[in-house]
Amino acid sequence: MDRQKRIITIGGGIAGTEASSVLSGLGYNVIMLEKSNQIGGKLNNWNHLFPNGRPANEVTGFLGQKIRLQPFRIISNTSVSRVISANGIFAMETTAGEQLQADAVVISTGFETFDATRKEEYGYSIYENVITSVDLEEILRKGQTLITSKGEKPKRIAFIHCVGSRDEKSGHHHCSKVCCITGVKQAIEIAKQLPDTEIFCFYMDLRMFGLSYESLYREAQEKYNIQFIRGRLSEASENQDESLLIKAEDTLSGRPLKMNVDLTVLLVGMIPGKETLRMSELFGLERESNGFLNVMDPHLNKNLSSVKGVFLAGTCTGPMTVDETLEHARSAALDVHQYLQRTDK
Amino acid sequence: MNTFGYKIMSPRTIDFDQFDGRLLNEVLVKEPSFRTCLSCGGCTATCNAGTLIDFNVRKLNLLLRRGEIASLSREIDKCMLCGKCMLVCPRGINIRNVIMLLKKGASRLSEHQKTAVENEVQK
Repeated sequence: MDRQKRIITIGGGIAGTEASSVLSGLGYNVIMLEKSNQIGGKLNNWNHLFPNGRPANEVTGFLGQKIRLQPFRIISNTSVSRVISANGIFAMETTAGEQLQADAVVISTGFETFDATRKEEYGYSIYENVITSVDLEEILRKGQTLITSKGEKPKRIAFIHCVGSRDEKSGHHHCSKVCCITGVKQAIEIAKQLPDTEIFCFYMDLRMFGLSYESLYREAQEKYNIQFIRGRLSEASENQDESLLIKAEDTLSGRPLKMNVDLTVLLVGMIPGKETLRMSELFGLERESNGFLNVMDPHLNKNLSSVKGVFLAGTCTGPMTVDETLEHARSAALDVHQYLQRTDK
Repeated sequence: MNTFGYKIMSPRTIDFDQFDGRLLNEVLVKEPSFRTCLSCGGCTATCNAGTLIDFNVRKLNLLLRRGEIASLSREIDKCMLCGKCMLVCPRGINIRNVIMLLKKGASRLSEHQKTAVENEVQK
């Protein structure tokens, strides 16, 4: 190696941080750009992780420790504004005006949660007692108890699955896959907090793909008496006392069903982040029809983008759990390593 | 006398706010395995009675969970207690015990409640 190879990671969430620290450990000169003022991305807003209820800050704390062991430069409150690539070198200008060069780029700009106001019929930000799974996690993270808009204990709560997922009308036909188990996790947390509250989950399919997720689902039924009703919420309307009337089909009985609930929690799906879409434009990366970045091969090359020298890590390529994201980031680092070894003159 | 004309129809909608949970709570306490039903329909597919008459074991869970006691007490009489459903249940639910509990529970409903149930049946 004539000179130390330079890598720029765009996005300092858990994927970007993990990939950067692995690459830094392999001896590369790594610079990570993060648009906010802290690393860890959306995980900073999360309280507990499925399936074992581990505090999310343990994972972000662990990543922070890795940075201390394998230090690399982090430029916060910054993203990329311009890119020019020639002869395998990417010349970039940051939003702060700094000029940077890289031999390889890791895109780890991640996801966003679906904006629930777009499903107007569910009443988010119209009715007082409609919240999202993100709002609920924030309440739990602050150590607060779930209360209604009137400050009372909710007697009956409904979790609504697939909000902004598997929904052609909102433009997101994919399954976000993590919301099923998130719903089960959050329902259990609420059942522990409010043991006298009736909890219903309205689902289309329950996708318990992780090894221990099915056990958690069973625990939700068996131990916490959480009831699962197969049917998609059609609409919610507010009663005079600010409680909600929700309507769905009980598809297993084949009959319409209505119930009054004190609060609904919308399990919002994962969609590509705005920065992910912007990076796709800047670097000329192909996207899937659902907007996530296209990987070169869904089995064999899940970290290679459609542009040589640009690698993908984490949820910019599709919905993932925390552990999948970290694995994907580590395999991205290995792909970058192999690429730079091959291009070494 | 001519009896044609319009009549008031009772809605088909399941109204959870009229929910009758007496029987459900009793069964769930005495046979907690019933909580774990997945509504997969394995029981219905193997049911001897169900191959001959209109009887759906899976739907007993739904009737119970929707508080439809009248329909439920009609349905459980069709079961022959052979126990084949228990052999195929992926969650290992003691379905025969559930049915026995339902039979006992339904017959223990007080005279007043029975009348209410009968009224419901006549509807």
